[in-house]
Amino acid sequence: MSKVIVVTSGKGGVGKTTTSAAFAMGLAKNGFKTVVIDFDVGLRNLDLIMGVERRVVYDFVNVINGEAGLKQSLIKDKRVENLYILPASQTRDKDALSQDGVESVIKELKNEGFDYIVCDSPAGIEKGAFMALYFADEAIVVTNPEISSVRDSDRILGILQSKSRHAEQGREVKEHLLITRYSPERVDEGQMLAVEDILEILAIPLLGVIPESNAVLQASNQGDPVILANKTRAGQAYSDIVSRFLGKTVEHRFLDTERKGFFRRIFG
Amino acid sequence: MRFFDYFRQNKKNSASQAKERLQILIAHERTSRNAPEYLPQLRHDLMSVIRKYVPIDDESVKVQVEKGAGFDVLELNITLPDS
Ligand SMILES: Nc1ncnc2c1ncn2[C@@H]1O[C@H](COP(=O)(O)OP(=O)(O)OP(=O)(O)O)[C@@H](O)[C@H]1O
Ligand SMILES: [Mg+2]
Repeated sequence: MSKVIVVTSGKGGVGKTTTSAAFAMGLAKNGFKTVVIDFDVGLRNLDLIMGVERRVVYDFVNVINGEAGLKQSLIKDKRVENLYILPASQTRDKDALSQDGVESVIKELKNEGFDYIVCDSPAGIEKGAFMALYFADEAIVVTNPEISSVRDSDRILGILQSKSRHAEQGREVKEHLLITRYSPERVDEGQMLAVEDILEILAIPLLGVIPESNAVLQASNQGDPVILANKTRAGQAYSDIVSRFLGKTVEHRFLDTERKGFFRRIFG
Repeated sequence: MRFFDYFRQNKKNSASQAKERLQILIAHERTSRNAPEYLPQLRHDLMSVIRKYVPIDDESVKVQVEKGAGFDVLELNITLPDS
């Protein structure tokens, strides 16, 4: 049974593409045949984060329009078995993604035996974001500990619960909260919403927390998804969320500052 | 109060403000999200009718639909000014 997972947020620049790349690669590393699709038509970026930008020949819209076959358009990753990338098109035509077109591509991917189809959503709540979430079985809602991001996440949750195909059929899209760019120091200083605050407000299950980390920028410079940087906190946090997603119990880490740990030991 | 909390106390302000504002806003957005499309117009019309009789400000009229089992309730909450 293949599963369609959308990585979405409403607000832009919160870490959807970073997450899609790391998460898809993590699933593939665990032996699952995985494809990650860039739905950001006109603003292709996943190819860069995955480091395959020079191998793009055809794209998602070419496949939808029948200008290229699916198999010849999928880019096979060279680092990890079982991982494929379908890049977005750079066309400026916003209507390039038709619902029927997207559906037929997803169907074909399922027939090809993909276990996971990861959809990297564009920002906003326009057509592209809607297409990315419409066929989803599960959703990873990426949220930064910041007031407008939390609000937008709640809006996206509302859309998932009312406008997705699952919702139309009276079923639920399984929701996962992923908090990224988390900085325990700033939480301690009272400048940043804490994990518990965000959980209390959004009230959906927590998949994980990715700390603010320089490793993410470095990874994107190199074109290696940050999950490959397995000595870094961000890389390890992404590995953890993949394990959790696959049903393992993994304790959350990188939530506290060193300082807080110290105080907790003494006074806690 | 624990020793550590003492340090947190005065600095904690802006994050807890953010949390409070979000809780209020999101609660409001969730109720209006599931509401019928005519609600904002209905609210607007109600306000102009009431204003024929009493001066009220914009925030004193709350209109929302509560989902019940098998029926929905249109809830009006109008706060009159102190007289
Ligand atoms: N955990 C992190 N620590 C530090 N920087 C991060 C982290 N996650 C993401 N970033 C940075 O945030 C920026 C936006 O990330 P990304 O492109 O993944 O977001 P996005 O949600 O896909 O954006 P868009 O809405 O434009 O598609 C990038 O510069 C990325 O390096
Ligand atoms: Mg992106």
